[in-house]
Amino acid sequence: MNRFKKAASLLALGLLAGTSLAHAQNLTGAGATFPYPIYSKWFDMYHEKTGVQINYQSIGSGAGIQQVKAGTVDFGASDAALSNAQLKDMPRKVVHFPTVAGAVVLAYNLQDLKEPLKLTPALIVGIYMGKITTWNDKAIAAVNPGVALPAAPILPVHRSDGSGTTNIFVTYLSLVSTQWKELVGAGTAVSWPAGIGGKGNEGVAGLVRQTPGSIGYVELAYAKQNQLPFALVQNKSGKFVEASLASTTAAVEGAATLLAKDVRTPIANSPAPEAYPIAGLTFLLVYQDQKDAARAKVLADFIAWAMHDGQDVAQSLDYARLPDGVVKVNEASLKTLTAGGKLLYAAK
Amino acid sequence: MSAAANAESVTGRGLPRPVVARRAARLFSLDAWYHGLLTALALVVFAVVALIVYEAARGAGPSLRQFGWRFLITTEWDPVAEKFGALPYVYGTLVSSALALLLAVPVGLGTAVYLAELAPHRVGDAVSFVVELLASIPSIIYGMWGIFVLAPWLRGLVEPWLVKHLGFLPLFQGFPFGIGMLNAVIVLAIMIVPTIVAISREILLSTPQSFREASLALGSTRAEAIGVTLEAARPGILGAVILALGRALGETMAVTMVIGNTNRMSPSLLAPGATMASVIANEFTEATGRLHLSALIEIALLLFVVTLCVNGAARLLVYWVTGGRRDVAAAV
Repeated sequence: MNRFKKAASLLALGLLAGTSLAHAQNLTGAGATFPYPIYSKWFDMYHEKTGVQINYQSIGSGAGIQQVKAGTVDFGASDAALSNAQLKDMPRKVVHFPTVAGAVVLAYNLQDLKEPLKLTPALIVGIYMGKITTWNDKAIAAVNPGVALPAAPILPVHRSDGSGTTNIFVTYLSLVSTQWKELVGAGTAVSWPAGIGGKGNEGVAGLVRQTPGSIGYVELAYAKQNQLPFALVQNKSGKFVEASLASTTAAVEGAATLLAKDVRTPIANSPAPEAYPIAGLTFLLVYQDQKDAARAKVLADFIAWAMHDGQDVAQSLDYARLPDGVVKVNEASLKTLTAGGKLLYAAK
Repeated sequence: MSAAANAESVTGRGLPRPVVARRAARLFSLDAWYHGLLTALALVVFAVVALIVYEAARGAGPSLRQFGWRFLITTEWDPVAEKFGALPYVYGTLVSSALALLLAVPVGLGTAVYLAELAPHRVGDAVSFVVELLASIPSIIYGMWGIFVLAPWLRGLVEPWLVKHLGFLPLFQGFPFGIGMLNAVIVLAIMIVPTIVAISREILLSTPQSFREASLALGSTRAEAIGVTLEAARPGILGAVILALGRALGETMAVTMVIGNTNRMSPSLLAPGATMASVIANEFTEATGRLHLSALIEIALLLFVVTLCVNGAARLLVYWVTGGRRDVAAAV
């Protein structure tokens, strides 16, 4: 190696060391793919603001939970809250921080339909159970008076891959139907009684778009960006509601008191009159007692930032922001974080 | 170095004998090193396979203990109730691969014979270039084509026709979705044709010209002469088919996109299905339950065993067909 090269590489090394000393912290996280677009936006914004670098791998909720368990990341991310059994399986206590909410809509392919289709919980369960098999079924016609429904067979389309979207959808179905709860249940992947599976939102949307008479569930953001028609769904108070960011936030708000008790409570089938019923939260998973106080402080500061400035960009990326009530729940959880047994935020 | 200098100083100019011998010894030891290195590299392959089996068996442990042999013969796959049976996926993998071979072998072999025996050289080279290009297309592109081109065509034209005219067979009953086993079989067949064509053509080209000349000289027709060449190339062609089968068994992305992904077994080609590789691709990332994860790893282990069995059987077949002849078989 000639001297010039040596000097140059030494200089480069020095520069690297310099930058990493200037901003001593970078965090790593891993998990859910559904919130990845907003998380990466947040990490960019936060990096610009504070210099903190956050590396996030969107490897899926399940893998994210595994990484948290193995202790290889500072935080995990999951679209499904951990079950009691999963919490018990963790080496230490894990705190859930909901970050944004999402809604799941039922997109359909009925070309001659002029007005949006209306669906009740019972109809959705019937269709996905394989009990209601044609569009002109009396039960559907009764909810959609004056609409010319075709005599075509219904093809229900579901996700074939395990996903948070599926979890939100089947959690809702389990809440509105005991039959569904007993026969199928809820999870990121379930044993579907009927229909065919497409991989990813794009797989489901592709099948729905191509197959006349099909119906499939996709994320609200995906349906909006791809201009798929989707059904109005009757909520708990009897109103047919169109899925939107506002009606999703309303669903979270309706569950705020329950969330204050246990942040893992499903927000689907909200009692609020304006709420869209098929909605769910996505979470960050953080150990309550952190090992490294400095890193823990950086992480907690980021979460606090995401609860305020971060929420303002949620809408632009088609995620529903958290209502104030839930932001307060998160702030309370932040105050319980410790490092080596000492509180991160000392009581004032 | 100093020893060499010493030797030189003792005997004067020129290279003395001890130095030559030492060089030879060093050469020999280099040879031994080289030999050792290559052996080690070959052993690494074995080690990797052994490690894969070990890790998969370890990961599959909870599922193996929980379900035992029932894993192979039950059809339920319910992550919520944590009940897992792999039969629909084994069935889907074997059926889709076998049917894909059934479509691909005649087409691939016909193309190879044409390219090697009948086509003018320039045409042969051009066509085989295109065929090899097909082999390098990523499988996700095949999957997209399956969804966006093949599926509407199957749904609109082919499947309604099949239902109308051949619907009395259980093979063609049901609703024409366009997505399902038939779509997966066609996509798979297209994906494995290049493997069959490329290798079979090389094998045919490498059979001695004297075979053709001799059979023509004995008064056989062109077709009969090709038959003689095919006979000579049979072990190699079987090898090509085995390689293609291996690709079909393990193909994941394209199949996942077009097969419909339900774990119901149906005799109908129009019905959706699932394969072992597709269920792993679908569920692994979001599998949160320990048993669910373990069952998926057991599927991977099972896929490994099935591939091993199929390859072993195919190798036995080659051995049986050729009577242990290794000359052409070794070319693959």
